[in-house]
Amino acid sequence: MKIQIKQGRIIDPQSGFDQVGDLCIAAGKVLAIGETPESFHPNKVIDAKGLVVCPGLVDLAVRLREPGNEYRATLESELLAACAGGITSLSCPPDTEPPLDETGLVEMLKFRAKNLNLAKVYPIGALTQKLAGERLTEMAELRDAGCVGFSQADAAITDTHVLMRALEYAATFDMTVWLRPQDACLARGGVAHDGVVAARLGLPAIPPTAETIAVMTALLLVRDTGARVHLCRLSSAAAIDMVRQAKAQGLPVSCDVSTQHLHLSEMDIGYFDPNCHLIPPLRSLRDRDAIRLALAEGVIDALCSDHTPVDDDTKQLPFGETEPGAAGVELLLPLNLKWAEEQALTLVEALAPITCGPARVLGLDVGRIALGLAADICVFDPDAWWRIESGALKSLGKNSPFMGYEVRGKVRYTLVDGQLVFEQSEVSTPAYNTHKS
Amino acid sequence: MGANPQLNAQGELQHLLTIEGLPRSLLIHILDTAEGFVAVNQQEVRKVPLLRGKAIFNLFFEPSTRTRTTFEIAAKRLSADVINLNISASSQSKGETLLDTVDNLAAMQADMFVVRHAQSGAAHMIARHVAPHIHVVNAGDGRHAHPTQGLLDMFTIRKYKGEFHNLRVAIVGDVLHSRVARSQIHALTTLGVPEVRVIAPKTLLPGDMRQMGVQVYHDLAAGLHDVDVVIILRLQNERMRGARLPSSQEYFKYYGLTAEKLAHAKADAIVMHPGPMNRGVEIDSAVADGKQSVILPQVTFGIAVRMAVMSILAGNQG
Repeated sequence: MKIQIKQGRIIDPQSGFDQVGDLCIAAGKVLAIGETPESFHPNKVIDAKGLVVCPGLVDLAVRLREPGNEYRATLESELLAACAGGITSLSCPPDTEPPLDETGLVEMLKFRAKNLNLAKVYPIGALTQKLAGERLTEMAELRDAGCVGFSQADAAITDTHVLMRALEYAATFDMTVWLRPQDACLARGGVAHDGVVAARLGLPAIPPTAETIAVMTALLLVRDTGARVHLCRLSSAAAIDMVRQAKAQGLPVSCDVSTQHLHLSEMDIGYFDPNCHLIPPLRSLRDRDAIRLALAEGVIDALCSDHTPVDDDTKQLPFGETEPGAAGVELLLPLNLKWAEEQALTLVEALAPITCGPARVLGLDVGRIALGLAADICVFDPDAWWRIESGALKSLGKNSPFMGYEVRGKVRYTLVDGQLVFEQSEVSTPAYNTHKS
Repeated sequence: MGANPQLNAQGELQHLLTIEGLPRSLLIHILDTAEGFVAVNQQEVRKVPLLRGKAIFNLFFEPSTRTRTTFEIAAKRLSADVINLNISASSQSKGETLLDTVDNLAAMQADMFVVRHAQSGAAHMIARHVAPHIHVVNAGDGRHAHPTQGLLDMFTIRKYKGEFHNLRVAIVGDVLHSRVARSQIHALTTLGVPEVRVIAPKTLLPGDMRQMGVQVYHDLAAGLHDVDVVIILRLQNERMRGARLPSSQEYFKYYGLTAEKLAHAKADAIVMHPGPMNRGVEIDSAVADGKQSVILPQVTFGIAVRMAVMSILAGNQG
């Protein structure tokens, strides 16, 4: 199959390439960038005039709900949704049921995902057995089965001795440990940021120190063990400052934030909106602004959707009893573009945290366009406005705090290994006239 | 989720979920209406036919005596049919969800739900879910709000002090866990009380109270200095089991209201308590039963205020 993507604006954030031209794909790989060779006779031509052609997006946190939670979403539904969002590579946290702590489970997931021929799935293995924070998993075996990192997902390791040994062991095999920093005791029972909104609504609170204490512990252990650590879903300005300093000192750390924390704050909880019940909690406007700046500066390496499909039944409860999380695999691109526009960034700068940035965290040669590399490509219309509503989303998770937002940027084509996995040919028109105020 | 979920399209009260966000004029209207019902409650036949034929369900997911009883009396004096449900003992233990319970009761032609629940936001969730002709009254949700208690406290203050704009009010005790305190604070600031103080050890205060418009004190004597109204909050025994307080004895010594401490307030200051009281923990019996105490009148006024709320709600259609 030979595909020509014609006259699109080709952007590669890794190299800084930004030119209008053709992208030629043959045998699943990129054959030419810019000019179409005379000898190239495509089977399919995609007219990309007015569209952006960029590397397929890389999302560091997508819960696929398999195995164990198929009633919420399935591998197929969520991978289709990911492709509709322009995502071609994603990693999934190990908090499935059972958790990804055995090679058989990882192999099965990889096999099932591969057979679907959609976005590429890179599992994060469990750092400890059953995520219980006590005994290490067989990390080397799990790596051989396809795990690209190890984490506890949102489960804590309360025993710092276990955490230190886990980092040492991972460092032995040069593997990255992903930590979602939160002191379990300080966070116990909390459902919202310890700020004005929790005070007003009477919600049990989680102070930012729950995050900073855990970040400090992680950084000190990185210093001691030499392990490479990726800090997931930072939420506070103070924690980001600590990472900034650690990076300046040359420590092998990276970090990400979610699209929710990039755009929302505790204020968005409003009158107990269960879609704003998130882990970590939405924090103050000051924290949010620090996140927006640090992402632009590159202190934060990646922006992820932290996609967590939750069914209605578990969201239709009093706020504190609802299951936390937001679905958003299809919103990564438009929410990234919204941030970039508000920060006055160029498209090259804008796309880095959802392409080459997360690819570096994963240590994989994805998230860039280069000759001879796999043709994982996203083609999007940067000027198409659309309204986020449940009918517009393919994911089975309709739990988004962004419902009703008008956003810009619509994926038109997604290619994985040179195969078209998503196509939206008809241009959707703006919904300005139809939506209720 | 932007619009105030308590008001209908005409800006009238559709549900009473919290005092927060309600206009001053509406609070005054409720207090004035309650004034009329105080007279009804003093008649020989203490009943008016305003809610005849209406079905009011008292949905209590948490035990309560005073609040449930006063709601029941208030509804009966308005001639409504009252059905009391103690849910923790029935369907919840059979695994039925909160909204299933609500749907089933709505199918029995309910007109109004009076809801108490241990989780903040429970009443808001029910209000979002029910059909537009059904009204929801929050009778206490977690730590969030207890608006009729807040209103009856305002009614009591107005009865004894006349005005709000020249008052200094101190709320003493476990503000962190208190839905009553939050409703009082919103009501007091909305009604124009210029100085609202909260007095408590740091372990019993939320992290950030500045935007609620209160001044924070940790010393009881300093906080009570020159105040017109002293509101004592209930301290639950379970607070002593965690790391919030060492003992009820130490709490009483530093934060319990005694005659000696009360002397720091104005000579004509009134003392209030939402009940039930822990004598010798947050308040000394001599003060609770003393001449400045208006604790029992609070309970009496509670009936009139709840009659006012229910009659106003029933008159507004979603």
